[in-house]
Amino acid sequence: MHIEIDEIAKTFGTTAALHPVSLSLPSGALVALLGPSGSGKTTLLRILGGLEFPTSGRVLFDGQDATGLSVQERRAGFVFQSYALFRHMTVFDNIAYGLNARPRASRPNKVEVARRVTRLLDLIQLPDIGARYPSQLSGGQRQRVALARALAIEPRMLLLDEPFGALDAKVRKELRQGLRDIHDETGLTTVFVTHDQDEAMELADLVVVMSGSQSGGRIEQIGKPQDIRSKPASAFVREFIAA
Amino acid sequence: MQAATFNPTQTSLVPRLLIGLAVALTLLIVVAPLVYIFARAFGEGWRVYAENLLNPATLHAVWLTTITALIVVPVNIAFGISAAWVVARFRFPGRSLLVTAIEIPFSISPIIAGICYLLLYGRQGLLGPWLADNDLQVMFALPGIVLVTMFVTAPFVAREVLPLMQAQGSDQEQAAVTLGASGWQVFRRVTLPNIKWALLYGAVLCTARAVGEFGGVSVVSGNIRGQTNTLPLHVELLFNDLNATGAFAAASVLTLLALVALVAKTVLEARKAR
Ligand SMILES: Nc1ncnc2c1ncn2[C@@H]1O[C@H](COP(=O)(O)OP(=O)(O)O)[C@@H](O)[C@H]1O
Ligand SMILES: [Mg+2]
Repeated sequence: MHIEIDEIAKTFGTTAALHPVSLSLPSGALVALLGPSGSGKTTLLRILGGLEFPTSGRVLFDGQDATGLSVQERRAGFVFQSYALFRHMTVFDNIAYGLNARPRASRPNKVEVARRVTRLLDLIQLPDIGARYPSQLSGGQRQRVALARALAIEPRMLLLDEPFGALDAKVRKELRQGLRDIHDETGLTTVFVTHDQDEAMELADLVVVMSGSQSGGRIEQIGKPQDIRSKPASAFVREFIAA
Repeated sequence: MQAATFNPTQTSLVPRLLIGLAVALTLLIVVAPLVYIFARAFGEGWRVYAENLLNPATLHAVWLTTITALIVVPVNIAFGISAAWVVARFRFPGRSLLVTAIEIPFSISPIIAGICYLLLYGRQGLLGPWLADNDLQVMFALPGIVLVTMFVTAPFVAREVLPLMQAQGSDQEQAAVTLGASGWQVFRRVTLPNIKWALLYGAVLCTARAVGEFGGVSVVSGNIRGQTNTLPLHVELLFNDLNATGAFAAASVLTLLALVALVAKTVLEARKAR
């Protein structure tokens, strides 16, 4: 799905989080929102997912105005920075949650739910952990379960907030490839937030470099990784990717 | 990790003395009165005990106390969850005032609460004439007893659930919403299971208190025998009648309830800690 962000601004009370930003994300792209802490990356991602509403501006999905759509109507697969797994449910029930929450008419039956959950567990390469609870998983496993849970609702896009932030360096490298593979297999337009320029450059098709200031986060440059490396658009970008 | 413990038999005299003292005091202050209640209740045999319990006024007191608890506890649970949820999830003017207000009943003597209700709803009270015009009897009747018991027990559920909700944050609830869940589904399948043990724990404390409440209720009930006497009030009444065996029989019911609550509380405490 093609995502268009048109002059989106956001303030929280007196705090400016986003200066008006505009951005066009081609269908099927793997996009990184890259920037230092406080540059409005999470806010922008939450606005896309419908968890936050912009103070002004519009969001368009495939050309249709989606600004007023509720979270549920957005059908965005969202992976939280904390993963936010349901701690009282097994991995199986976590992944099945979105399917079981559907209205009766469109809810798949038990067999079908089990089939889909099994397929997702295979996709994240953890076929045997369905009966475990989140507290019994490693950080990397939790991240992948959160990803599977988000994919279970057959989302129109995938949004991930610092998906590798809580992991150690070795696991982080492995899971980067995991995300790339899942993106390629599902073909979903995917946006992930990171403050790690290596991660953004290595993984994304398109990198959006953001900076923060008193007047709110803004976009410094949008481009392919190699273009951002070879032609940084501002002193901020040059310094940030050199860091 | 192993906690450091003393073996009293190998250490000096002071710890042994203190342990002995603690055990002796517990026996004297807590256990002895409990045993005494049952000893006196059964003092004249099983038959007298059964007769005392099956006395219509006593049965009525048990019934009134049960009804009161059956109304108060669910209302308290609903209130406690809503208050905790609002405070944990939203920032609004007056929020800290609300947190303080929830705790007020713990710092006010129940008698004062009773008198406040009397001044508000009694015949000479602020709302008295209006209530009388509409033929509504609040004081010296079930509504008054229920209102005062609600006031006294108001904080129990909220103060158990609130810290938990605050600690857990709203991430899981937000995740559920992104997965398509409605507000009710989020509450039913995510919020509620996460606070389940703390909620039950608060409900047990609330029940114990609702059943045992004396001071506030004594002001608003009017002590009409067989009509507005709850079980604690009835115990006092029997005692004043010099019917000690009857009083202890009624007291034994309250004591049993308290013991059940104590066991439930201990079990839930362990669950809650996991
Ligand atoms: N719910 C909120 N209430 C108030 N201020 C917020 C809220 N969320 C974010 N902000 C502010 O908005 C700015 C951008 O935050 P965020 O989008 O989280 O940045 P990033 O994810 O890039 O670190 C920060 O100044 C932050 O303090
Ligand atoms: Mg962030």
